[in-house]
Amino acid sequence: MFFCKLFKYLLFLFIIKPFIYLGLGVNVSGINNLPKIDKGASIIVANHNSHIDTLLLMSLFSCSQILKIHPVAAADYFCNTKFKQFVFTKLLGIIPISRKVQKATKEEIFKDINEKLREGETIIIYPEGTRGENNELNKFKSGIAHIAKMNPDIPVIPCYINGPDKILPKGAFLWVPFIADVYVAEPIYYNNTPTKEFTEQIRKVVENLKNEHKKKEEL
Amino acid sequence: MEQFIITPTVRIVLIGLYIFLFALMGIFKILQIMKKNVDNWLIRTRSFIFITIIFTVAVCSCVVGAYLLIGLLSYLALKEFFSFTPTRTTDRKVILWAYCSIPIQLYIIYSHWVVLFYLFIPLYVFLLITVRMVIASNTDGFLKSLATIQWGLMTSVYALGYLALILTIPFKYNPAGGSVGLLFYILLITVTNDFMQMFCGKAFGKHKIIPKVSPNKTWEGFLGGVIATTIFSMVVAPFLTPFSSLQAAFAGFVLAIAGFFGDVAMSAVKRDMGVKDTSSLIPGHGGVLDRFDSLIFTAPLFFHYFAYINPIVIARGH
Repeated sequence: MFFCKLFKYLLFLFIIKPFIYLGLGVNVSGINNLPKIDKGASIIVANHNSHIDTLLLMSLFSCSQILKIHPVAAADYFCNTKFKQFVFTKLLGIIPISRKVQKATKEEIFKDINEKLREGETIIIYPEGTRGENNELNKFKSGIAHIAKMNPDIPVIPCYINGPDKILPKGAFLWVPFIADVYVAEPIYYNNTPTKEFTEQIRKVVENLKNEHKKKEEL
Repeated sequence: MEQFIITPTVRIVLIGLYIFLFALMGIFKILQIMKKNVDNWLIRTRSFIFITIIFTVAVCSCVVGAYLLIGLLSYLALKEFFSFTPTRTTDRKVILWAYCSIPIQLYIIYSHWVVLFYLFIPLYVFLLITVRMVIASNTDGFLKSLATIQWGLMTSVYALGYLALILTIPFKYNPAGGSVGLLFYILLITVTNDFMQMFCGKAFGKHKIIPKVSPNKTWEGFLGGVIATTIFSMVVAPFLTPFSSLQAAFAGFVLAIAGFFGDVAMSAVKRDMGVKDTSSLIPGHGGVLDRFDSLIFTAPLFFHYFAYINPIVIARGH
Protein backbone atom coordinates (compact mmCIF):
# COMPACT_ATOMS: atom_id res chain seq x y z
CA MET A 1 0.00 0.00 0.00
CA PHE A 2 2.80 2.38 0.91
CA PHE A 3 4.62 1.71 -2.35
CA CYS A 4 1.45 2.27 -4.34
CA LYS A 5 1.04 5.68 -2.71
CA LEU A 6 4.69 6.53 -3.27
CA PHE A 7 4.32 5.53 -6.91
CA LYS A 8 1.26 7.76 -7.33
CA TYR A 9 3.02 10.66 -5.61
CA LEU A 10 6.15 10.42 -7.78
CA LEU A 11 4.12 9.83 -10.94
CA PHE A 12 2.25 13.09 -10.44
CA LEU A 13 5.29 15.04 -9.28
CA PHE A 14 7.65 14.09 -12.11
CA ILE A 15 5.48 13.10 -15.05
CA ILE A 16 1.85 14.17 -14.94
CA LYS A 17 2.21 17.64 -13.40
CA PRO A 18 5.06 18.76 -15.72
CA PHE A 19 3.06 17.38 -18.65
CA ILE A 20 -0.10 19.23 -17.61
CA TYR A 21 1.54 22.55 -16.68
CA LEU A 22 4.41 22.82 -19.19
CA GLY A 23 3.30 20.47 -21.95
CA LEU A 24 -0.28 21.69 -22.02
CA GLY A 25 -0.99 24.61 -19.67
CA VAL A 26 -4.03 25.38 -17.50
CA ASN A 27 -6.03 28.54 -16.83
CA VAL A 28 -8.14 28.23 -13.69
CA SER A 29 -10.91 30.63 -12.74
CA GLY A 30 -12.63 30.38 -9.40
CA ILE A 31 -9.53 28.85 -7.83
CA ASN A 32 -10.77 29.89 -4.36
CA ASN A 33 -13.76 27.57 -4.76
CA LEU A 34 -11.49 24.54 -4.91
CA PRO A 35 -12.06 22.33 -1.84
CA LYS A 36 -9.45 21.99 0.88
CA ILE A 37 -8.73 18.28 0.48
CA ASP A 38 -7.04 18.00 3.87
CA LYS A 39 -10.04 19.47 5.72
CA GLY A 40 -12.51 16.77 4.68
CA ALA A 41 -14.33 15.03 1.88
CA SER A 42 -15.87 16.66 -1.16
CA ILE A 43 -17.44 15.57 -4.44
CA ILE A 44 -15.97 17.14 -7.59
CA VAL A 45 -18.32 17.07 -10.56
CA ALA A 46 -17.29 17.92 -14.12
CA ASN A 47 -18.16 17.54 -17.77
CA HIS A 48 -16.31 14.74 -19.53
CA ASN A 49 -14.74 14.78 -22.99
CA SER A 50 -11.35 13.15 -22.62
CA HIS A 51 -9.07 11.09 -20.40
CA ILE A 52 -7.11 14.30 -19.88
CA ASP A 53 -10.00 15.65 -17.73
CA THR A 54 -9.06 13.53 -14.73
CA LEU A 55 -5.33 14.31 -14.91
CA LEU A 56 -6.18 18.00 -15.28
CA LEU A 57 -8.50 18.13 -12.26
CA MET A 58 -6.10 16.17 -10.07
CA SER A 59 -3.13 18.33 -11.07
CA LEU A 60 -4.86 21.39 -9.62
CA PHE A 61 -4.00 20.03 -6.16
CA SER A 62 -0.67 19.45 -4.47
CA CYS A 63 0.93 16.00 -4.75
CA SER A 64 0.15 15.03 -1.15
CA GLN A 65 -3.49 16.07 -1.63
CA ILE A 66 -3.71 14.05 -4.84
CA LEU A 67 -3.25 10.87 -2.79
CA LYS A 68 -6.64 11.60 -1.23
CA ILE A 69 -8.49 12.05 -4.54
CA HIS A 70 -10.28 9.12 -6.18
CA PRO A 71 -11.84 9.42 -9.64
CA VAL A 72 -14.95 7.30 -10.08
CA ALA A 73 -14.59 5.33 -13.31
CA ALA A 74 -16.46 2.76 -15.35
CA ALA A 75 -15.61 -0.79 -14.28
CA ASP A 76 -16.24 -2.20 -17.77
CA TYR A 77 -13.63 0.13 -19.29
CA PHE A 78 -10.90 0.43 -16.66
CA CYS A 79 -11.10 -2.96 -14.96
CA ASN A 80 -11.80 -5.39 -17.79
CA THR A 81 -8.41 -7.08 -17.42
CA LYS A 82 -6.48 -8.08 -14.29
CA PHE A 83 -3.56 -5.84 -15.26
CA LYS A 84 -5.71 -2.77 -15.90
CA GLN A 85 -7.55 -3.40 -12.65
CA PHE A 86 -4.27 -3.45 -10.72
CA VAL A 87 -2.88 -0.32 -12.38
CA PHE A 88 -6.02 1.80 -12.08
CA THR A 89 -7.41 0.76 -8.69
CA LYS A 90 -4.22 0.08 -6.75
CA LEU A 91 -1.72 2.51 -8.32
CA LEU A 92 -3.97 5.39 -9.37
CA GLY A 93 -6.72 4.96 -6.79
CA ILE A 94 -9.81 5.00 -8.98
CA ILE A 95 -13.13 3.70 -7.66
CA PRO A 96 -14.65 1.33 -10.22
CA ILE A 97 -18.41 1.51 -10.68
CA SER A 98 -20.66 -0.68 -12.78
CA ARG A 99 -22.46 1.12 -15.59
CA LYS A 100 -25.03 -1.67 -16.06
CA VAL A 101 -28.27 -1.34 -14.14
CA GLN A 102 -28.36 -4.09 -11.53
CA LYS A 103 -31.07 -5.28 -9.22
CA ALA A 104 -29.18 -4.10 -6.18
CA THR A 105 -29.91 -1.51 -3.55
CA LYS A 106 -28.40 1.96 -3.86
CA GLU A 107 -26.29 1.32 -0.78
CA GLU A 108 -24.65 -1.65 -2.53
CA ILE A 109 -23.95 0.21 -5.80
CA PHE A 110 -22.39 3.21 -4.05
CA LYS A 111 -20.75 1.21 -1.24
CA ASP A 112 -17.14 1.93 -2.28
CA ILE A 113 -17.85 5.61 -2.89
CA ASN A 114 -19.60 6.09 0.46
CA GLU A 115 -16.76 4.32 2.20
CA LYS A 116 -14.15 6.69 0.76
CA LEU A 117 -16.26 9.76 1.50
CA ARG A 118 -16.71 8.65 5.11
CA GLU A 119 -12.94 8.26 5.38
CA GLY A 120 -12.70 11.95 4.47
CA GLU A 121 -11.36 11.43 0.96
CA THR A 122 -12.45 13.29 -2.16
CA ILE A 123 -14.01 11.79 -5.28
CA ILE A 124 -14.22 13.03 -8.86
CA ILE A 125 -17.31 11.98 -10.78
CA TYR A 126 -18.53 12.63 -14.33
CA PRO A 127 -22.33 12.50 -14.26
CA GLU A 128 -22.56 12.30 -18.05
CA GLY A 129 -21.52 8.68 -17.57
CA THR A 130 -19.19 8.62 -20.57
CA ARG A 131 -16.95 10.85 -22.64
CA GLY A 132 -18.95 13.15 -24.91
CA GLU A 133 -18.05 14.38 -28.37
CA ASN A 134 -17.77 17.88 -29.92
CA ASN A 135 -17.63 19.43 -26.44
CA GLU A 136 -21.38 19.04 -25.93
CA LEU A 137 -22.85 18.81 -22.44
CA ASN A 138 -24.98 15.65 -22.32
CA LYS A 139 -27.73 14.67 -19.91
CA PHE A 140 -26.54 14.06 -16.34
CA LYS A 141 -27.30 10.69 -14.72
CA SER A 142 -28.94 10.88 -11.31
CA GLY A 143 -26.29 8.83 -9.48
CA ILE A 144 -24.61 12.03 -8.36
CA ALA A 145 -27.79 13.16 -6.60
CA HIS A 146 -28.09 9.80 -4.82
CA ILE A 147 -24.51 10.10 -3.57
CA ALA A 148 -25.20 13.65 -2.35
CA LYS A 149 -28.42 12.49 -0.68
CA MET A 150 -26.57 9.76 1.22
CA ASN A 151 -23.87 12.28 2.26
CA PRO A 152 -25.79 15.54 2.78
CA ASP A 153 -22.99 17.32 4.67
CA ILE A 154 -20.38 16.83 1.93
CA PRO A 155 -20.06 19.70 -0.58
CA VAL A 156 -20.57 19.12 -4.31
CA ILE A 157 -18.21 21.26 -6.43
CA PRO A 158 -19.32 21.61 -10.06
CA CYS A 159 -16.54 22.31 -12.60
CA TYR A 160 -16.43 23.01 -16.30
CA ILE A 161 -13.40 21.95 -18.31
CA ASN A 162 -12.69 23.36 -21.76
CA GLY A 163 -9.93 22.13 -24.04
CA PRO A 164 -9.45 18.38 -23.54
CA ASP A 165 -11.89 17.72 -26.38
CA LYS A 166 -9.25 19.25 -28.65
CA ILE A 167 -6.22 17.81 -26.85
CA LEU A 168 -7.27 14.17 -26.83
CA PRO A 169 -10.82 13.58 -28.10
CA LYS A 170 -12.59 10.27 -27.70
CA GLY A 171 -11.03 7.71 -30.00
CA ALA A 172 -7.88 9.74 -30.75
CA PHE A 173 -4.50 8.14 -30.27
CA LEU A 174 -2.11 11.11 -30.22
CA TRP A 175 -2.61 14.22 -28.16
CA VAL A 176 -2.15 17.76 -29.52
CA PRO A 177 -1.02 20.45 -27.04
CA PHE A 178 -3.47 23.24 -26.23
CA ILE A 179 -3.98 25.34 -23.10
CA ALA A 180 -7.01 24.08 -21.16
CA ASP A 181 -9.44 26.13 -19.05
CA VAL A 182 -10.98 24.98 -15.77
CA TYR A 183 -13.89 26.86 -14.21
CA VAL A 184 -14.78 26.05 -10.60
CA ALA A 185 -18.18 27.00 -9.15
CA GLU A 186 -19.13 27.54 -5.52
CA PRO A 187 -19.91 24.36 -3.54
CA ILE A 188 -23.54 23.25 -3.25
CA TYR A 189 -25.07 20.90 -0.66
CA TYR A 190 -27.96 18.48 -0.94
CA ASN A 191 -31.13 20.39 -0.11
CA ASN A 192 -33.87 17.73 0.22
CA THR A 193 -35.17 18.31 -3.32
CA PRO A 194 -36.01 15.21 -5.39
CA THR A 195 -32.90 13.60 -6.88
CA LYS A 196 -33.92 14.45 -10.46
CA GLU A 197 -34.24 18.12 -9.61
CA PHE A 198 -30.93 18.15 -7.75
CA THR A 199 -29.20 16.53 -10.74
CA GLU A 200 -30.71 19.20 -12.99
CA GLN A 201 -29.56 21.87 -10.54
CA ILE A 202 -25.94 20.68 -10.78
CA ARG A 203 -26.17 20.49 -14.57
CA LYS A 204 -27.44 24.09 -14.68
CA VAL A 205 -24.36 25.26 -12.74
CA VAL A 206 -22.00 23.47 -15.13
CA GLU A 207 -23.92 24.87 -18.09
CA ASN A 208 -23.62 28.39 -16.67
CA LEU A 209 -19.86 27.94 -16.38
CA LYS A 210 -19.82 26.80 -20.00
CA ASN A 211 -21.74 29.90 -21.08
CA GLU A 212 -19.33 32.05 -19.08
CA HIS A 213 -16.48 30.56 -21.11
CA LYS A 214 -18.32 31.06 -24.41
CA LYS A 215 -18.91 34.72 -23.60
CA LYS A 216 -15.18 35.14 -23.02
CA GLU A 217 -14.40 33.58 -26.40
CA GLU A 218 -16.86 35.75 -28.28
CA LEU A 219 -15.54 39.03 -26.87
CA MET B 1 30.07 17.84 -24.54
CA GLU B 2 30.54 20.84 -26.77
CA GLN B 3 30.32 24.11 -24.89
CA PHE B 4 30.08 27.78 -25.79
CA ILE B 5 33.03 30.07 -25.18
CA ILE B 6 31.95 32.62 -22.60
CA THR B 7 34.36 35.54 -22.71
CA PRO B 8 35.24 37.68 -19.65
CA THR B 9 33.33 40.67 -21.08
CA VAL B 10 30.15 38.60 -21.40
CA ARG B 11 30.63 37.51 -17.81
CA ILE B 12 30.96 41.15 -16.69
CA VAL B 13 27.66 42.10 -18.36
CA LEU B 14 25.91 39.01 -16.97
CA ILE B 15 27.10 39.75 -13.44
CA GLY B 16 26.11 43.38 -13.94
CA LEU B 17 22.62 42.26 -14.96
CA TYR B 18 22.27 40.10 -11.84
CA ILE B 19 23.45 42.95 -9.60
CA PHE B 20 20.97 45.29 -11.30
CA LEU B 21 18.05 42.85 -10.95
CA PHE B 22 18.76 42.05 -7.31
CA ALA B 23 19.24 45.76 -6.53
CA LEU B 24 15.88 46.43 -8.20
CA MET B 25 14.35 43.66 -6.11
CA GLY B 26 15.85 45.24 -2.96
CA ILE B 27 14.45 48.66 -3.83
CA PHE B 28 10.98 47.24 -4.37
CA LYS B 29 11.21 45.27 -1.10
CA ILE B 30 12.09 48.50 0.75
CA LEU B 31 9.23 50.33 -0.97
CA GLN B 32 6.91 47.50 0.07
CA ILE B 33 8.00 47.86 3.68
CA MET B 34 7.25 51.59 3.31
CA LYS B 35 3.68 50.52 2.41
CA LYS B 36 3.92 51.54 -1.27
CA ASN B 37 1.90 49.44 -3.71
CA VAL B 38 4.67 47.72 -5.69
CA ASP B 39 3.46 44.09 -5.50
CA ASN B 40 3.13 43.81 -9.26
CA TRP B 41 6.66 45.14 -9.83
CA LEU B 42 8.02 42.73 -7.27
CA ILE B 43 6.41 39.77 -9.05
CA ARG B 44 7.70 41.01 -12.43
CA THR B 45 11.24 41.43 -11.19
CA ARG B 46 11.17 37.99 -9.60
CA SER B 47 10.01 36.47 -12.91
CA PHE B 48 12.82 38.31 -14.69
CA ILE B 49 15.43 36.95 -12.30
CA PHE B 50 13.99 33.49 -12.85
CA ILE B 51 14.17 33.85 -16.66
CA THR B 52 17.75 35.15 -16.42
CA ILE B 53 18.78 32.16 -14.30
CA ILE B 54 17.24 29.70 -16.79
CA PHE B 55 19.04 31.51 -19.63
CA THR B 56 22.37 31.46 -17.79
CA VAL B 57 22.12 27.78 -16.93
CA ALA B 58 21.14 26.80 -20.48
CA VAL B 59 23.90 28.79 -22.15
CA CYS B 60 26.61 27.77 -19.69
CA SER B 61 25.71 24.06 -19.64
CA CYS B 62 26.29 23.03 -23.24
CA VAL B 63 25.43 23.84 -26.85
CA VAL B 64 22.53 21.39 -26.93
CA GLY B 65 21.06 22.88 -23.74
CA ALA B 66 20.83 26.32 -25.34
CA TYR B 67 19.17 24.90 -28.45
CA LEU B 68 16.66 23.00 -26.33
CA LEU B 69 15.77 26.16 -24.42
CA ILE B 70 15.06 28.02 -27.67
CA GLY B 71 13.02 25.03 -28.86
CA LEU B 72 11.02 25.11 -25.62
CA LEU B 73 10.44 28.85 -26.09
CA SER B 74 9.09 28.23 -29.61
CA TYR B 75 6.91 25.40 -28.34
CA LEU B 76 5.37 27.45 -25.53
CA ALA B 77 4.78 30.42 -27.85
CA LEU B 78 3.17 28.25 -30.54
CA LYS B 79 0.98 26.49 -27.97
CA GLU B 80 -0.25 29.84 -26.67
CA PHE B 81 -0.94 31.02 -30.19
CA PHE B 82 -2.99 27.94 -31.12
CA SER B 83 -4.87 28.12 -27.82
CA PHE B 84 -6.18 31.67 -28.21
CA THR B 85 -6.91 31.55 -31.92
CA PRO B 86 -9.99 29.58 -32.94
CA THR B 87 -9.13 26.45 -34.90
CA ARG B 88 -11.49 23.92 -36.42
CA THR B 89 -11.74 20.41 -34.94
CA THR B 90 -10.52 18.98 -38.25
CA ASP B 91 -7.29 20.97 -37.85
CA ARG B 92 -6.07 18.85 -34.94
CA LYS B 93 -3.72 16.72 -37.02
CA VAL B 94 -2.54 19.74 -39.04
CA ILE B 95 -1.56 21.46 -35.79
CA LEU B 96 0.29 18.33 -34.69
CA TRP B 97 2.33 18.57 -37.91
CA ALA B 98 2.97 22.23 -37.17
CA TYR B 99 4.45 21.30 -33.78
CA CYS B 100 6.73 18.75 -35.44
CA SER B 101 8.45 21.56 -37.38
CA ILE B 102 10.11 22.81 -34.16
CA PRO B 103 12.54 19.88 -33.58
CA ILE B 104 13.20 19.56 -37.30
CA GLN B 105 14.08 23.24 -37.61
CA LEU B 106 16.33 23.03 -34.55
CA TYR B 107 18.17 20.11 -36.11
CA ILE B 108 18.60 22.04 -39.37
CA ILE B 109 20.12 24.98 -37.48
CA TYR B 110 22.25 22.68 -35.35
CA SER B 111 23.75 21.13 -38.48
CA HIS B 112 24.48 24.65 -39.85
CA TRP B 113 22.36 24.08 -42.94
CA VAL B 114 21.42 27.75 -43.13
CA VAL B 115 19.94 27.76 -46.63
CA LEU B 116 17.43 25.09 -45.66
CA PHE B 117 16.60 27.02 -42.49
CA TYR B 118 15.71 30.06 -44.63
CA LEU B 119 13.36 27.93 -46.73
CA PHE B 120 12.06 25.30 -44.30
CA ILE B 121 9.13 27.07 -42.59
CA PRO B 122 8.36 29.76 -45.19
CA LEU B 123 8.28 27.27 -48.06
CA TYR B 124 8.33 23.57 -47.20
CA VAL B 125 6.26 23.57 -44.03
CA PHE B 126 3.94 26.05 -45.75
CA LEU B 127 3.38 23.51 -48.54
CA LEU B 128 3.21 20.50 -46.21
CA ILE B 129 0.62 22.13 -43.96
CA THR B 130 -1.48 22.80 -47.05
CA VAL B 131 -1.10 19.16 -48.09
CA ARG B 132 -2.14 17.89 -44.67
CA MET B 133 -5.13 20.20 -44.63
CA VAL B 134 -6.22 18.99 -48.05
CA ILE B 135 -6.03 15.42 -46.75
CA ALA B 136 -8.22 16.46 -43.78
CA SER B 137 -10.74 17.59 -46.44
CA ASN B 138 -12.70 20.31 -44.70
CA THR B 139 -13.09 23.23 -47.11
CA ASP B 140 -15.17 25.41 -44.77
CA GLY B 141 -12.83 28.15 -43.58
CA PHE B 142 -9.89 26.45 -45.32
CA LEU B 143 -7.91 29.55 -46.25
CA LYS B 144 -8.51 31.27 -42.91
CA SER B 145 -7.25 28.24 -41.00
CA LEU B 146 -4.26 27.91 -43.29
CA ALA B 147 -3.33 31.57 -42.79
CA THR B 148 -3.75 31.33 -39.00
CA ILE B 149 -1.51 28.29 -38.68
CA GLN B 150 1.14 29.71 -41.01
CA TRP B 151 1.20 33.04 -39.14
CA GLY B 152 1.72 31.17 -35.89
CA LEU B 153 4.58 29.18 -37.41
CA MET B 154 6.27 32.20 -38.98
CA THR B 155 6.26 34.15 -35.72
CA SER B 156 6.70 31.53 -33.02
CA VAL B 157 8.97 29.09 -34.83
CA TYR B 158 10.69 30.78 -37.78
CA ALA B 159 11.37 34.22 -36.31
CA LEU B 160 12.29 32.88 -32.85
CA GLY B 161 14.47 30.28 -34.63
CA TYR B 162 16.81 33.15 -35.48
CA LEU B 163 17.86 33.11 -31.83
CA ALA B 164 19.28 29.64 -32.43
CA LEU B 165 20.78 30.77 -35.74
CA ILE B 166 22.65 33.56 -33.91
CA LEU B 167 24.26 30.85 -31.78
CA THR B 168 25.82 29.25 -34.87
CA ILE B 169 27.90 32.36 -35.71
CA PRO B 170 31.56 31.26 -35.43
CA PHE B 171 33.62 32.74 -32.62
CA LYS B 172 36.17 34.41 -34.94
CA TYR B 173 33.56 36.92 -36.19
CA ASN B 174 32.98 38.23 -32.70
CA PRO B 175 36.13 37.89 -30.54
CA ALA B 176 34.64 40.20 -27.89
CA GLY B 177 31.68 38.00 -26.95
CA GLY B 178 31.32 35.04 -29.27
CA SER B 179 27.90 33.84 -30.34
CA VAL B 180 26.64 33.90 -26.74
CA GLY B 181 27.54 37.60 -26.58
CA LEU B 182 25.42 38.28 -29.67
CA LEU B 183 22.43 36.33 -28.30
CA PHE B 184 22.78 38.09 -24.99
CA TYR B 185 23.00 41.47 -26.79
CA ILE B 186 19.76 41.00 -28.75
CA LEU B 187 17.89 39.78 -25.65
CA LEU B 188 19.15 42.70 -23.55
CA ILE B 189 18.37 45.31 -26.22
CA THR B 190 14.86 43.95 -26.79
CA VAL B 191 13.98 43.75 -23.11
CA THR B 192 15.49 47.18 -22.38
CA ASN B 193 13.48 48.65 -25.25
CA ASP B 194 10.23 47.08 -23.94
CA PHE B 195 10.94 48.38 -20.48
CA MET B 196 12.00 51.90 -21.52
CA GLN B 197 9.02 52.32 -23.88
CA MET B 198 6.68 51.40 -21.05
CA PHE B 199 8.58 53.48 -18.49
CA CYS B 200 8.75 56.63 -20.69
CA GLY B 201 5.11 56.13 -21.68
CA LYS B 202 4.03 56.00 -18.02
CA ALA B 203 6.25 58.92 -17.01
CA PHE B 204 5.72 61.40 -19.88
CA GLY B 205 3.00 59.85 -22.06
CA LYS B 206 0.46 62.31 -23.50
CA HIS B 207 -0.06 61.88 -27.27
CA LYS B 208 -1.44 58.53 -28.33
CA ILE B 209 0.49 56.91 -31.15
CA ILE B 210 -1.87 54.15 -32.31
CA PRO B 211 -5.01 54.31 -30.13
CA LYS B 212 -7.13 51.79 -32.04
CA VAL B 213 -4.62 48.98 -31.53
CA SER B 214 -2.95 49.79 -28.25
CA PRO B 215 -4.46 52.70 -26.30
CA ASN B 216 -1.62 52.80 -23.76
CA LYS B 217 1.14 53.44 -26.33
CA THR B 218 2.22 57.06 -26.70
CA TRP B 219 4.63 59.04 -28.88
CA GLU B 220 6.58 60.02 -25.78
CA GLY B 221 7.01 56.39 -24.78
CA PHE B 222 8.02 55.38 -28.30
CA LEU B 223 10.60 58.17 -28.76
CA GLY B 224 11.90 57.78 -25.20
CA GLY B 225 12.34 54.06 -25.80
CA VAL B 226 14.17 54.58 -29.09
CA ILE B 227 16.56 57.15 -27.61
CA ALA B 228 17.22 55.11 -24.45
CA THR B 229 17.78 51.90 -26.42
CA THR B 230 20.18 53.64 -28.82
CA ILE B 231 22.25 54.95 -25.92
CA PHE B 232 22.10 51.60 -24.08
CA SER B 233 23.22 49.81 -27.23
CA MET B 234 26.29 52.08 -27.51
CA VAL B 235 27.18 51.37 -23.87
CA VAL B 236 26.80 47.61 -23.98
CA ALA B 237 27.98 46.87 -27.54
CA PRO B 238 31.77 46.96 -26.87
CA PHE B 239 31.34 44.17 -24.30
CA LEU B 240 29.25 41.86 -26.43
CA THR B 241 29.66 42.70 -30.13
CA PRO B 242 32.33 43.79 -32.62
CA PHE B 243 30.28 46.90 -33.56
CA SER B 244 31.81 50.38 -33.71
CA SER B 245 29.86 52.96 -31.72
CA LEU B 246 28.15 54.26 -34.86
CA GLN B 247 27.13 50.75 -35.88
CA ALA B 248 25.91 50.04 -32.35
CA ALA B 249 23.86 53.22 -32.28
CA PHE B 250 22.23 52.33 -35.59
CA ALA B 251 21.54 48.76 -34.37
CA GLY B 252 19.89 50.09 -31.20
CA PHE B 253 17.84 52.59 -33.22
CA VAL B 254 16.53 50.04 -35.74
CA LEU B 255 15.91 47.30 -33.16
CA ALA B 256 13.95 49.71 -30.93
CA ILE B 257 11.60 50.58 -33.80
CA ALA B 258 11.25 46.91 -34.79
CA GLY B 259 10.59 45.93 -31.17
CA PHE B 260 7.83 48.52 -30.95
CA PHE B 261 6.12 47.08 -34.01
CA GLY B 262 6.47 43.53 -32.68
CA ASP B 263 4.71 44.58 -29.51
CA VAL B 264 1.95 46.42 -31.37
CA ALA B 265 1.44 43.60 -33.90
CA MET B 266 0.84 41.07 -31.15
CA SER B 267 -1.52 43.55 -29.43
CA ALA B 268 -3.51 43.78 -32.65
CA VAL B 269 -3.80 39.98 -32.87
CA LYS B 270 -4.80 39.73 -29.21
CA ARG B 271 -7.38 42.50 -29.65
CA ASP B 272 -8.82 40.69 -32.66
CA MET B 273 -9.19 37.49 -30.62
CA GLY B 274 -10.51 39.32 -27.55
CA VAL B 275 -7.83 38.17 -25.13
CA LYS B 276 -5.79 40.29 -22.75
CA ASP B 277 -2.88 37.94 -22.07
CA THR B 278 -1.84 34.97 -24.17
CA SER B 279 -1.52 32.80 -21.04
CA SER B 280 -0.57 33.10 -17.38
CA LEU B 281 2.71 31.18 -17.48
CA ILE B 282 5.05 34.00 -16.38
CA PRO B 283 3.72 35.69 -13.22
CA GLY B 284 3.34 39.45 -13.72
CA HIS B 285 4.04 39.31 -17.45
CA GLY B 286 1.35 37.06 -18.93
CA GLY B 287 2.40 34.46 -21.44
CA VAL B 288 5.56 33.76 -23.42
CA LEU B 289 4.08 35.56 -26.42
CA ASP B 290 3.33 38.63 -24.29
CA ARG B 291 6.91 38.80 -23.05
CA PHE B 292 8.79 37.87 -26.22
CA ASP B 293 6.56 39.46 -28.86
CA SER B 294 9.11 42.16 -29.74
CA LEU B 295 11.80 39.50 -30.14
CA ILE B 296 9.86 38.09 -33.10
CA PHE B 297 10.64 41.26 -35.04
CA THR B 298 14.08 42.06 -33.66
CA ALA B 299 15.86 38.68 -33.81
CA PRO B 300 15.81 38.18 -37.63
CA LEU B 301 16.63 41.84 -38.21
CA PHE B 302 19.63 41.68 -35.89
CA PHE B 303 21.00 38.53 -37.50
CA HIS B 304 20.92 40.02 -41.00
CA TYR B 305 22.32 43.33 -39.79
CA PHE B 306 25.24 41.49 -38.23
CA ALA B 307 25.74 39.38 -41.34
CA TYR B 308 25.76 42.56 -43.46
CA ILE B 309 28.34 44.32 -41.30
CA ASN B 310 30.67 41.29 -40.99
CA PRO B 311 30.05 39.16 -44.06
CA ILE B 312 30.02 35.75 -42.43
CA VAL B 313 30.13 32.19 -43.69
CA ILE B 314 28.26 29.74 -41.51
CA ALA B 315 26.42 27.73 -44.13
CA ARG B 316 27.44 24.25 -45.12
CA GLY B 317 28.23 24.05 -48.81
CA HIS B 318 24.67 23.58 -50.08
